[in-house]
Amino acid sequence: MTKAKRKRLIYNLVTFGLVIGAFIILENMIAAKAISRSLKGQLVPICAWIIMAVSLNLVIGFSGELSLGHAGFMSIGAYTGAVVSGWLVAAFDMQDPILRLVLTILAGGILAGIFGVLIGIPVLRLRGDYLAIVTLAFGEIIRNLVNVLYIGTADGNLHFAFLNKEMPANVTMLVDGAKGAVKIKPISTFEVGFVLILITLLVVLNLVNSRAGRAIQATRDNRIAAESMGVSVTKYKMMAFVTAAVLAGMAGALYGLNSSTVVPTQFTFNQSINVLVFVVLGGLGNVLGSIISATFLTVLPEVLREFADYRMLVYAVVLILVMIFTNNPTTRAIADRLFAPVKKLFHKDRRETAGGGDVK
Amino acid sequence: MIFLDNLINGLSLGSIYAIIALGYTMVYGIARMLNFAHGDVIMVGAYIAFCGLQYWGLPPVLAFVVAMLFCTCLGITIEGLAYRPLRQATSLAVLITAIGMSYLLQNIALMIWGANPKSFPTTFINGSSIRLGQLNISTAAIITILANVVIMVGLTLFTSRTKLGKAMRCVSEDRGAAELMGINVNRTISLTFAIGSALAAIAGILLCSSYPILQPTTGSMPGIKAFTAAVFGGIGSIPGAMLGGILLGVIEIFGKAYISTELGDAIVFAVLIIVLLVKPAGLLGKPMREKV
Amino acid sequence: MKKLIALALALVLALTVCSAFAEEAITLKIAHIGPLTGPAALYGIATSRGAQIAVDEINAAGGKYRIELIDEDDEHNVEKVINAYNAALDAGAQMIIGTTTSKPCEAAGAQGYTDRVFFLTPSASSTAVIEDKDNVFQVCFTDPNQGAASAQYIAENKLGTKVAVIYNNADVYSTGIRDTFVEKGAELGLEIVSEETFTDETTDFTVQVGKAQEAGAEIVFLPMYYTPASLILKTAADKNYKPIFFGVDGMDGILSVEGFDTSLAEGVMLLTPFVATSEDPKVANFVKLYQDKFGETPIQFAADSYDGIYILVAAAEKAGITAETTPEEACELLIAAMKEIKVDGITGSMTWDESGAVTKTPMAATIENGVYVFK
Repeated sequence: MTKAKRKRLIYNLVTFGLVIGAFIILENMIAAKAISRSLKGQLVPICAWIIMAVSLNLVIGFSGELSLGHAGFMSIGAYTGAVVSGWLVAAFDMQDPILRLVLTILAGGILAGIFGVLIGIPVLRLRGDYLAIVTLAFGEIIRNLVNVLYIGTADGNLHFAFLNKEMPANVTMLVDGAKGAVKIKPISTFEVGFVLILITLLVVLNLVNSRAGRAIQATRDNRIAAESMGVSVTKYKMMAFVTAAVLAGMAGALYGLNSSTVVPTQFTFNQSINVLVFVVLGGLGNVLGSIISATFLTVLPEVLREFADYRMLVYAVVLILVMIFTNNPTTRAIADRLFAPVKKLFHKDRRETAGGGDVK
Repeated sequence: MIFLDNLINGLSLGSIYAIIALGYTMVYGIARMLNFAHGDVIMVGAYIAFCGLQYWGLPPVLAFVVAMLFCTCLGITIEGLAYRPLRQATSLAVLITAIGMSYLLQNIALMIWGANPKSFPTTFINGSSIRLGQLNISTAAIITILANVVIMVGLTLFTSRTKLGKAMRCVSEDRGAAELMGINVNRTISLTFAIGSALAAIAGILLCSSYPILQPTTGSMPGIKAFTAAVFGGIGSIPGAMLGGILLGVIEIFGKAYISTELGDAIVFAVLIIVLLVKPAGLLGKPMREKV
Repeated sequence: MKKLIALALALVLALTVCSAFAEEAITLKIAHIGPLTGPAALYGIATSRGAQIAVDEINAAGGKYRIELIDEDDEHNVEKVINAYNAALDAGAQMIIGTTTSKPCEAAGAQGYTDRVFFLTPSASSTAVIEDKDNVFQVCFTDPNQGAASAQYIAENKLGTKVAVIYNNADVYSTGIRDTFVEKGAELGLEIVSEETFTDETTDFTVQVGKAQEAGAEIVFLPMYYTPASLILKTAADKNYKPIFFGVDGMDGILSVEGFDTSLAEGVMLLTPFVATSEDPKVANFVKLYQDKFGETPIQFAADSYDGIYILVAAAEKAGITAETTPEEACELLIAAMKEIKVDGITGSMTWDESGAVTKTPMAATIENGVYVFK
């Protein structure tokens, strides 16, 4: 086993170990009722945000494309989840929540994946900031369209309407335009969320460490060099983009079915930015970093509740300071000197965790 | 008649987008960064003008000059404190910092001016409307379009004729070479931010004169639309920002008027996507783009 | 030494006296949940402040109950509202006044239904807020109720037959009112000549107003909050278009927007249960307290919330809630009590049925010379 391979194995093991460890501790806390309501209520959203961050990292960190519409895929997943779950109950009288949850998550992932392909084909021809703006535009279009989308069930059949709400008389609305997805029976559980995180990690870590993953990273580091080596840039960028879309759709279904209602305004541009912040703060190309920062940044505002008025202010200042301190050469040198003894203790090659290159 | 009416409204809205887009595009051309806080500088500019008119009792012109001066200082301060330390950092790090700055400005505005909307006072800009037969044209629309033209001509002259303007173009072309030629890069970037922020203040005043509601979030959506306009026209290009802004405004109004108000924003963004697919560098952008 | 003992005795005495006083009043822990930051902050801050005024009054009066108000921010977000709700219960809240806005209230109310926690929402007016949930009650009208009442008022008073509707199709409140208005309007012979939409981010209303004008509408119905309404009035003035503008309760507040040219709102009609300029002494008292404390005129949200606190206290008194009552016990007791109480508040005289919807009468007001006039 080469040194690089061993390091990768250790990194992957640490990632899985931490996630599983955290899960076992939390499960025990729940069993012992040693957990506050507030934290318990956040467990499923945290799972969803972790998956969002890890999947976006695949696009930004590994494939090097700046996507600003990731929340759009999440909304597709959330809406699909609400519709499929409602339809399964109405048409097949499926009561088993776990089976229903699994099926809806799959459906959410598949539909988001289809949209990923549809959007990816044109979008991935563009580069850098242009790609960013088009993904942003797609996110906004999706939000605009679901505002005028109506889906209901009647006699076990699904009915769709667009712009005009024309429905049979005995309809039960599942998606009601601006009112969003309504009357969802919340069925998401922390356990399913945890399993979904594990699946995400398996998929993403396997992908980036595979032949395809190396090709993806090669297109990021130098597109022209990769192309001249015979790597099909579009194919591999597409692979990363669609995988991320599927995972985001699954996260969306989990997230949507955790609440009794889902609204388009939950998946705005700002939400995409939030996930982007998770990824950048956690480190580009660093999966473990994404997990930690998604968790930390979801819990942080809740911990800061007492400072309600100043919370967002503090968040903004912290964001700016962190970015400056981690990216400015001077402050970085100071930090390196301060942490040098600590680093010596571990004596690890930091290349794996330091993250990938710049987004082009 | 209705068509003309819509066209004028579209041009007026587009002119506002264009002036905002100029700020995005200039900063992008020089500093290679998407300054997401630009939309919030607009909001600050409008609030300062509001305070000048409502609280300090200044005459309108003076209030607007104060707002412009304030935003100029604000722009330079933001650049110096938050963006300058990141000159060497990845573009993504700068983007996140800019987003942080945007949150910061919004929340400071929320603390100072509160969440209740303010109505922008009536001034010479939006005081009346002109009647031409059946057509009613508000003075705000005319002044906005005129201001846009003046700014456009002024900026073009500035970048092509003056020494500072040439220095700006030089920095955007090749920062390293510019430095070697004795151009103070940091000062040039500060200047760009100063001009961009002064334009933001003007945009804020015009925006709130046409649509007189002022809230801490006032700048967000026009900011995003203008950003889209800048990319639409080819980011980094001054005429591109102008063209992109005006087209975006006209498309938005026409889309709402002749297709559907429900899908207004979706139409704007769909047109953007189609244009970028046909011309991946925007309308006036070239692969080897001429920056500012 | 003696001095020390004396001091200790005095201290003990003082403490007993204090606790004796404290025993007289039962402390109720009420949590207010609403958007204190973000784009909907103006509504959440209003309900928070309205509740605060009522709490100050009740605590100063020294009645049976002392109220401890817990204030939680939900950012007008369906995910954050659950966090806010859980944080409120962690902080020991026994009942909730909130949440301010409809969609978050729907989500939190459903969670509360499962957990058995009582909600009284001052201002979340969509029907989905109370539907299938016995634990949620409203202080404000439901949206359909307002839509139908507006159509009826227009038809009965023969204000005109050609109606244009402009509504926010990304907003539950606005679409809710619009749906029933259109339905009821058709029954009563109103002709909807133009129907246009906008979203939260819209600033330009030239198209929407232009279409209403082109269609020759005599009445423009505006089911929306006052912020977009003020833009519509301005656009109409620019276009020299002067129909009757007919608003709903969200329109109240337009006159107190800082810098607003009130002549634009001349002739605007609206159905509302509360106006800040009313001469009713109770209303005047509230408005004065609010202005003194916060330096601004309260909007309807604040009034609803102010009433909400008094409603909760009345229901708690009826139900016999004490400081030791858990939220779960309080929920069942309050649900039973709500159907029996009648509260005369500053937004009218209110009673409730088991659906959770309120019964009160709106008043039709017209803006003349910058103030409301009741007909």
